[in-house]
Amino acid sequence: MSSADLTSQRDLPPERKVSAKGDIAPEHDGPRDTGMDDAGLHRWLERTWRTPSGIVGALSSVDHKVIARRYLITAFVFLGLGGLNAVVMRIQLSGPQRGLIGPDLYNQLFTMHGVTMMFLFAVPIVQATGIYLVPLMVGTRNIAFPRLNAFSYWVYVSGGAFAWVSFALNMAPDVGWFAYVPLSGPEFAPGKRADVWAQMITYTEVSSLAVAVATIVTVFKQRAPGMSLDKIPLYVWAMLVTSFVVVFAMPAVMITSTFLILDRLVGTHIFNPAEGGDALLFQHLFWFFGHPEVYIIFLPATGMVSSIIPVFARRPTFGHLGLVLSLIAVGFLSFGLWVHHMFATGLPKLGASFFTASSMMIAIPNGVQIFCWLATLWDGRPVIRTPLLFVFGFFFIFVIGGLTGVMLASVPLDLQVHDTYFVVAHFHYVLIGGSVFPLLGAAYFWFPKVTGRMMSERLGRWHFWLAFIGFNAAFFPMHLVGLWGMPRRVYTYPAELGWGNINLFISAGALLFFLSFVLFTFNLVHGALKGTSAGNNPWDAGTLEWATSSPPPSYNFARIPIVTHIEPLWAEREALPVATGLRVDARELLISTVAEAHPDIREKSAAPSIWPLLAALAVGGTFLYSIFTPWAIVWGAAPIAITLIGWFWPKGDPEDEE
Amino acid sequence: MKQRAAADLSGLPTFGHGPRSPTWWGTLGFMALEGTGFALAAGAYLYLAQSWPDWPLSAPRPNHWPGTIVTILFIVSLVPNHILHRYAKQCSMVPVRIGLMVMSLLGIAPLVVRWFEFPALNIYWDTNAYGSMLWVLLGLHTTHLITDVGDTIVLTVLMFTRHGYSGRRFGDVGDNVFYWDFVVLTWIPIYLLIYWVPRLG
Amino acid sequence: MAFAFCVLFLQGCAGWQSALDPKGPAAGELAWLIWFFTALCAVVWALVMIALAAPLVMRSRSGDEPLLLDEAAERGKMRVVVSAVGVTTIILIGLTLLSFFANRTLAAIGSEAALTIRVTGHQWWWEVRYEDATPSRILTTANEIHIPAGEPVRLLLTSTDVIHSFWIPSLAGKLDLIPGHMNVLDIKADKPGVYRGQCAEFCGAQHANMGTFIIAEPRPKFDAWLNDQLQPAGAPASGEAKVGADLFLKRPCVMCHRIGGTPAGGTVAPDLTHIASRQTLAAGTLTMSRGNLAAWIADPQGIKPGSHMPVVELSGDELNAVVAYLEGLK
Repeated sequence: MSSADLTSQRDLPPERKVSAKGDIAPEHDGPRDTGMDDAGLHRWLERTWRTPSGIVGALSSVDHKVIARRYLITAFVFLGLGGLNAVVMRIQLSGPQRGLIGPDLYNQLFTMHGVTMMFLFAVPIVQATGIYLVPLMVGTRNIAFPRLNAFSYWVYVSGGAFAWVSFALNMAPDVGWFAYVPLSGPEFAPGKRADVWAQMITYTEVSSLAVAVATIVTVFKQRAPGMSLDKIPLYVWAMLVTSFVVVFAMPAVMITSTFLILDRLVGTHIFNPAEGGDALLFQHLFWFFGHPEVYIIFLPATGMVSSIIPVFARRPTFGHLGLVLSLIAVGFLSFGLWVHHMFATGLPKLGASFFTASSMMIAIPNGVQIFCWLATLWDGRPVIRTPLLFVFGFFFIFVIGGLTGVMLASVPLDLQVHDTYFVVAHFHYVLIGGSVFPLLGAAYFWFPKVTGRMMSERLGRWHFWLAFIGFNAAFFPMHLVGLWGMPRRVYTYPAELGWGNINLFISAGALLFFLSFVLFTFNLVHGALKGTSAGNNPWDAGTLEWATSSPPPSYNFARIPIVTHIEPLWAEREALPVATGLRVDARELLISTVAEAHPDIREKSAAPSIWPLLAALAVGGTFLYSIFTPWAIVWGAAPIAITLIGWFWPKGDPEDEE
Repeated sequence: MKQRAAADLSGLPTFGHGPRSPTWWGTLGFMALEGTGFALAAGAYLYLAQSWPDWPLSAPRPNHWPGTIVTILFIVSLVPNHILHRYAKQCSMVPVRIGLMVMSLLGIAPLVVRWFEFPALNIYWDTNAYGSMLWVLLGLHTTHLITDVGDTIVLTVLMFTRHGYSGRRFGDVGDNVFYWDFVVLTWIPIYLLIYWVPRLG
Repeated sequence: MAFAFCVLFLQGCAGWQSALDPKGPAAGELAWLIWFFTALCAVVWALVMIALAAPLVMRSRSGDEPLLLDEAAERGKMRVVVSAVGVTTIILIGLTLLSFFANRTLAAIGSEAALTIRVTGHQWWWEVRYEDATPSRILTTANEIHIPAGEPVRLLLTSTDVIHSFWIPSLAGKLDLIPGHMNVLDIKADKPGVYRGQCAEFCGAQHANMGTFIIAEPRPKFDAWLNDQLQPAGAPASGEAKVGADLFLKRPCVMCHRIGGTPAGGTVAPDLTHIASRQTLAAGTLTMSRGNLAAWIADPQGIKPGSHMPVVELSGDELNAVVAYLEGLK
């Protein structure tokens, strides 16, 4: 196909004299979008940016939307599997001394439930939402480092499969999702179960670190012209802060799991008190990651709430600056409270009191967010749609979780409720209320953008009430049974303690909650197949992702938008200002300056490649093999090196040339 | 939605050096997370050291000479590294090729000496927790060293092909210089921790 | 909803192992703290819910221009938000101080403890050792801890395998037993009684069946109990028990268990010198009875799967003999 088929001669920019300084080959200039008509532009950009056809093409995709969709679906599957774990556990606990399953399986079940929900559902799904939305919201054509992003997905999905195949082989970890030593150490956890935990954690966290770096660079360097710091949408701010928290928190869990595998595999003594190690070191390292982890899951959800509320309150968010500063403050403070998970280990009293104070203080920026959202809603009766219903559910549930969190911050009080069902109730109120309810709202809110179709509003309301009632019925009574003395992680309990009735009630609620997800799945499938057509901007929202078609084309925006306001689509109702001058025959996107988002460079974004998949397989194979022998690192080095060279070696695409 | 053209980007350059380029920020991001890993490993060492009054658990002192030679090699390597950086910014091919070859050799040299560093620790990883921490710290840094040297060698070969004549490749050389600085910088505290902290106690 | 739960379930609450049914000064202080925090949090939550519901009864926002805002109303909102943040801060500072002072009160409880008991966690039972300056007065028993009522007692907590956590909700908060560390927990029971607790830190297969009891008794009764326990085991009372005693010594039982006054000196499993004086078997898993003793010896892996108690092959008569012997160890 010649360029004449795509565009008329006058659309081509004039030949430029390239004054290359130094030893640089002259730029192979190509056609630009300047002055091109919309249809011609679409044909050019589609040909340049589309994911290649065929199976190899699909596996080579580097389109952030394609990768994000895969991520979202995979994470949703893991949610279902983790939910099934929970249902089986609740059946076992529905009465005292039930013999449905024994301790061996039960301990694998709750470990897999925790590992799946934290590492395979919650973190990946918030990151996946970011992978989809952040490039659209900042007005660029792809995420930064798109091949790294593809690599992350392959690492994530293979790591998750590894954990679940182990479970199917009765080899799943059974030491709890935080796998304390010495229980998970070489002496008390023979077999491969704890090794599966350690290597699966290290491996899958590679993927969330890579996504975090890609997200940070996308926000810093690829924002549309004019999107200065004060015009960045709150959701993007939330993902930025979250990504920073990931960068500084995730290495801690990788260090922890690496130390554990070394103790188990090659006989180091890092956690062995008999040889100069220490068991509490594990807890410090783990919770240095583990507490920020909660905010890694929660902060993106606050961004979703901040996106949904202004649209249905029909006004911009109240206290934008306060919300941004709160996000940053929470990000920082989240690193200063890990010790409140360790009050029962008998730490020195003064140190513990410091962590009481810091744990209390994080409630202040969270309070600021809650008050600003409430103030946004106070302008009049909001438009009640399913996304907003879930945001209301978020307020109802998350505030309870936050307040019980304040209770847990108190050292003496924590000593009564730590490791009981009170804590189980608390963190489900925080994580489900604080993250899953906003995520469900976000699903209804952005589904039209992703699929081009609307989900059913009627089913959505049924779904909301089923989820809301089921959740509270399942988890509210857990506060009580915890105070009555029921510890977490018990596979059974004696009848004479009188916990039978309330546990039966909890199990019924849990089943109801699970059913709400079945209804949700039906609504998703029904919406994707039969939903009414959505149009570009069904909610009349103000941010950039609504400026393009639904679903967005492979190149996101035909022309890069120029941002003049925090809600650009509300401010520019007549016509959206756009920038022109980018090449259409190569994957060119705009790099802008960090603070002011001034246009700075036209840079090429990487073309599709199969190598990220091959590299993930090489790294994954090495990790899998390392469960059996430390020599895996030596044998795995060669395939990893080969695949990485294959990944980075230029192939002569227009994207590789200048 | 209707659009109106309001800016022309056609005159923008197609690559930039340093903080202008996304790759530089990506490199910085990976440095941040790797640096956090190093800091936590060092923190774990110090945590154990202050938990046990008889640290380093009556182990013999390590022989610091191989480590000291590595340190000297690292510090010396910073000079050609930054000369290379200057030529990379000027995009001049011949000095960049020479610089990369020099840096490849200056990467391999400490790796060779590193081979003798492990036995010079005078303790095995499975003797006690002190030995474990020394091997972990040294192993962590060696992994970094190997990956960066590998990266440098691949880039050197690349610059001898036709793909080298590209602004972005020169930008990659700049990022390689940046990362080597990081490898050297992280070594200093680990060197002090391994060889000199046990001598203090 | 919360009210409904109280009505539905509170009467079913036995209080045997409940933090809300305190029987000692520490748990009392904590129960008060729990109720105070709960009440305050409930008020805060209710206020937020009212603020959330308020716009639902307002009229819809006039006009369809989302960027048109009323400046005066915005300033008013700012004042409300800032005051709410201020009140939040004051409440949090108050709660921090309250928690700090509660901690000080708790620390003062055991300052004059006369009795020191070392509790060592094992998978999945508790080794209990009454410390004494005189070696012959040191008593080792398992799972059930007798204490004098009304007196502070100091517990030294440690572990030889994995991390456990000692928790008697109606007396005090929990504290971990960590290998390589020694923790100190001071407790006091106001009145005589039996207070149940169980391991609160996940410790492996039988974490669920790792119960313990504090048995608080008046001082004279406690002293008598201690003296009884310090005696070696009594001689077998019947012919059958005599056979059982011989079997116990010939079979692997002696490898792990100790019976004072006999050659059985194993220390990796509970001391059986006065096993029949205890109320439960296998760390609170079974109540003490002849039948349960027989069942536990015959099928430990059926009753407590994964437990370290192996199956020892015994014929029916042999089993009866061993049980007869153990049953006599009062």
